[in-house]
Amino acid sequence: MKEKSPFIFTLLLALIIFLAYLAAFGLDFGTFRILPMGKLIKQGLDLKGGVYVVEEIQDKNIQSDTVDATIQQIKERVDKFGVVDPTIVKEGTRRIRIEIPGISDPQKALELIGKTGNLRFVGPDKSEILTGKDVKNSFVSFDENNQPQVALQLNDSGKTKFADATEKFMNQEISIYLDEDLVQSATVQAHITDGNAVITNMKSNEEATRVASLIKSGALPVTLKAENVRTIGPSLGADALSRSITAGAVGISLVLLFMLLYYRLPGFVADMALVVFILLDLLIFVVFNVTLTLPGISGFLLTIGMAVDANVLIFERIREELKTGKTLHAALNAGFHRAMTSIIDSNVTTIIAGIVLAILGSGPVKGFAVTLITGVVASMFTAITVTKFLLGLVINIKVFDNPKYFGA
Amino acid sequence: MFKIIEKTKIWFTFSILIICVGMGFLAVKGLKYGIEFGGGAVLQADLKKTINYEDINSIRQMTSKYTDDAQVSTVDSTGIVIRSGNLANEQTQKMEQLKADISKKYNIDPNTWTTESVGPSVGRELRQNAILAIVIASIAMLLYVAVRFEIRFGVAAVLALIHDILITLSVYAILQIPVNSSFIAAILTILGYSINDTIVVFDRIRENMRFMKRVSYEELADVSITQTMARSINTILTTLFTITAVYFIGVSAVKELALPLIIGIISGCYSSIFIASPIWVLWKNADKRKSLANA
Repeated sequence: MKEKSPFIFTLLLALIIFLAYLAAFGLDFGTFRILPMGKLIKQGLDLKGGVYVVEEIQDKNIQSDTVDATIQQIKERVDKFGVVDPTIVKEGTRRIRIEIPGISDPQKALELIGKTGNLRFVGPDKSEILTGKDVKNSFVSFDENNQPQVALQLNDSGKTKFADATEKFMNQEISIYLDEDLVQSATVQAHITDGNAVITNMKSNEEATRVASLIKSGALPVTLKAENVRTIGPSLGADALSRSITAGAVGISLVLLFMLLYYRLPGFVADMALVVFILLDLLIFVVFNVTLTLPGISGFLLTIGMAVDANVLIFERIREELKTGKTLHAALNAGFHRAMTSIIDSNVTTIIAGIVLAILGSGPVKGFAVTLITGVVASMFTAITVTKFLLGLVINIKVFDNPKYFGA
Repeated sequence: MFKIIEKTKIWFTFSILIICVGMGFLAVKGLKYGIEFGGGAVLQADLKKTINYEDINSIRQMTSKYTDDAQVSTVDSTGIVIRSGNLANEQTQKMEQLKADISKKYNIDPNTWTTESVGPSVGRELRQNAILAIVIASIAMLLYVAVRFEIRFGVAAVLALIHDILITLSVYAILQIPVNSSFIAAILTILGYSINDTIVVFDRIRENMRFMKRVSYEELADVSITQTMARSINTILTTLFTITAVYFIGVSAVKELALPLIIGIISGCYSSIFIASPIWVLWKNADKRKSLANA
């Protein structure tokens, strides 16, 4: 072990530098590509632009089932927009937060989300046949020629009404309206008594999908009011991201430089551990699909500053132990051992604050709390394992085996 | 060795003075709430040209068509920010028209605007949640410290926390910095950070207590503070490196979060040395006098 230490240390240093490069720039092997970490982490709305809406349910005494159903319907409506990965979640008991990336017209988004959606089936004499309440389900199916069509399933109340109507309006047109917009007109070709109908003559698969989802998502069970509407222009989001990255680079460089200048050799080890911490933390974001927002980036950068704390505690302790005349080995072990209670107690209290924040905070505050918690946990882990292992290697290397380098 | 404890009166007076001035401002002027708390609208765009006084005036003219309470200001020399309490949700149409007007005049894409509007009820709930979060977090941390250390350490640490929150609030009230939802995140992070700092000092006192039985509590605290001083300074420096970089380089939304953090972190470092430990010493000495009197 002792003879191999210089080799292992150099290898690890090279590995850390390589991984850091990989995370920052990615690699391209022709067909096989490793994306840089920045591209793998999900970006929040404030970084890529889009519309952010918090809707409040105006009705009194709402059931949580109703809220869930409303969210489901809004999801279907937003999906029709064709946006990539919208977020629609319940916030508190009567609010729904909707994030639609990539669009910049709040008016359009609000109309789409909040449409009360009065669905009506109307006969040729303008009489109302069915409403959204009569429809159980609606989906795309295919006929024997593999042409798309829209299948309709009606519930019991709709079944009888539709049976009467299809008898009365045989070979005439029935039109389906959502609010004032005509969704589809179809000619009655059969007397339908079992509540299962199909609308044929769809031009394309897309059209069938649109009609089916419009019929299905029909009316929202509640009345919504937009409480908070935010539009983030795409260029402003990109600017926010690039400036945060610059801020991060400057901040991290200052921390690395400070540790190196103040603590010298152990400072260098702490810098290696800090790079491992940053990589680990970013990896956690990728693996757990954490959405990185602006406050989240601030939380991340804050934990970088705090991550060094564990190392500082350990090094100061090693210094003190060396001053009592201990050997380097003994001082290292004692330093780690005695710094540990401070590290654990101080970090647990920070995590407590983070958890409270994650539970009680709303959207952006939650993002901040999540990065704060993961950062503190990851920093504790790297300080305890990585720093300790690397320092153990370093004192086995002959040229460095001198208490002077550790502040004695 | 640093003689911190014997000058307790100076530290307490210094903090109380700042807090009194801050609370005075709070009582007279109140906190300035950002639109997330107060309700209203903010519109922001990059006009792609250096904005001069005339531009601001003409934009003010344009906004007066839609609302009478708009404030127009610039960010980063080419950006324009319009704030209004009246232009809230119901008037999205007015907001859209205003955006269109300005976009046309300055020849920018109307889709590049960043806007936000907030209804008045959101703010009240945010405020209640913030206070609830602070209370719950404080109780949870008090319990943890009481179990791991002793109740006196817990109470002293939480008093130091309250000190940090009051100092941060005071700076906000005195400088009239707008308070918004990232402020809550900042306050809670300050709680987490400040107690982190305090615990490191207390951990040292707890450890030294075991083999320094004959010294006074004053000396015990001074020794412990001295031993952890290098760590306290280095940690606050590294933390400030990243967060001030964010403040100076980041965009305005991030600055709003970074500023209270900077104030709170400095206050947290100060309070863990100059407030928390003296409180613990005062309490310990009071206990000792009591038990002597009883004996």
